Amino acid sequence: MRVWTNKKMSEEVLNLIPNRSVVNLGIGLPSLVADINQNKDLVLHSENGVLGVNGRPKKGTASHNIINAAKETINTSKGASFFDSAVSFSMIRGGHVDVSVLGGMQVDTQGSIANWKIPGKKITGMGGAMDLVNGPKLVIVMMKHFNKESEKLVPICSLPLTGKNCIDYIVTDCGVFKPYGNKFKIIKICDTDEFMKKVQQELYIE
Amino acid sequence: MYSKKLDNPESFFSTIKNNSSIMSGGFGLCGIPENSIDYLAKFSPKNLTIISNNIGNSGRGLVKLLKKNMISKAICSYVGGNPDLEERIINGDIEVILTPQGSFIEKIRSAGAGIPAFYTPTGGDTEIENGKETRIFNGKKCLLEEALYADYSIIKATVGDEFGNLYFEGTSKNFSPLMAMAAKTTIVEVEKLVPIGELEPDLVQLPGIFVKHIYLGKDYRNDIEFLIEKKGF
Repeated sequence: MRVWTNKKMSEEVLNLIPNRSVVNLGIGLPSLVADINQNKDLVLHSENGVLGVNGRPKKGTASHNIINAAKETINTSKGASFFDSAVSFSMIRGGHVDVSVLGGMQVDTQGSIANWKIPGKKITGMGGAMDLVNGPKLVIVMMKHFNKESEKLVPICSLPLTGKNCIDYIVTDCGVFKPYGNKFKIIKICDTDEFMKKVQQELYIE
Repeated sequence: MYSKKLDNPESFFSTIKNNSSIMSGGFGLCGIPENSIDYLAKFSPKNLTIISNNIGNSGRGLVKLLKKNMISKAICSYVGGNPDLEERIINGDIEVILTPQGSFIEKIRSAGAGIPAFYTPTGGDTEIENGKETRIFNGKKCLLEEALYADYSIIKATVGDEFGNLYFEGTSKNFSPLMAMAAKTTIVEVEKLVPIGELEPDLVQLPGIFVKHIYLGKDYRNDIEFLIEKKGF
């Protein structure tokens, strides 16, 4: 099956985001969105305390004190600001950050997401994710469609929830989807024929 | 204004007893109190409750205390990037209270601000709700979260004066100024310690009222966890 590259996924995420938005990018795949050349005027927020993330530092100019939430070195734009965690989460919970893009382990048709724990096996912790699914007006999940062979888009999340009924769009390497009652509405798809052979077809609606 | 400078921080850390609760600033390894962590590791008080976003990362920072089995309880928000902590949680070697990051910092802020508890929508309809009072505000279910206090806060700032007025560079602020307000005793290490009067009042990010002791740190590693210099694509 043909799938989208990380770059193409990042572009699809950007397509969903209105111009002049403040956007928080989560750890993992979502942080790649910051590296795309934008034709939109977006302000990137990182919850460790920076507004105005702008790509990566030039060689030799990185600072241990200027990082994003993935603990990676970053560059900042003109007009950027740094602040403490209480202010940062006021921006998130208070609805001042417009868009949140986060990674996921499972998303279900009701728009609930699980992304912080697999009981007995793996614990990453929720970090800021439980705040990031509540405050922003637009919440996008960016993740691979499959974990090995198992689908990460599911009828009902079986893993502990990060948030209930809170996801607006899911961008995967297979397409763009929207939680839609008891289905996923297909907004865009990479390789329709092969995709439909690989997934539970009844879960999707055109 | 009077000086709170410690010339011998080691003797302060020798007095920290078993069963203490300690907040430690830093996001990952950014802004961690490297010297204070080393002093704690040296004197090795046991059965500590450590309140910190990551409890160290990548084998460094507070992981030193984990490896010496000094921590019996961890209150944090994120475990990813800290395999030493994840392993101890899964094996049941350590009690962990995972707290959503926004609630984590607001609980700490509340403690410092004299607010015993607050309602927040974060964590509604998740495991975080278990055992907590809930109430509907503006149609949304909210959880009652209690303030989070500690016996000590160990904090690192970029510049401080001898009264304890602090300036934190870039993203090294993170949890530190709030933690400094929430503990009975806050001890700050700085990369640059200046005499009282040399920090511009307008540049002070945390007023010295919240600081009990301040000392000049040494031999900073200032680790970068992930150095990325060129564009990803």
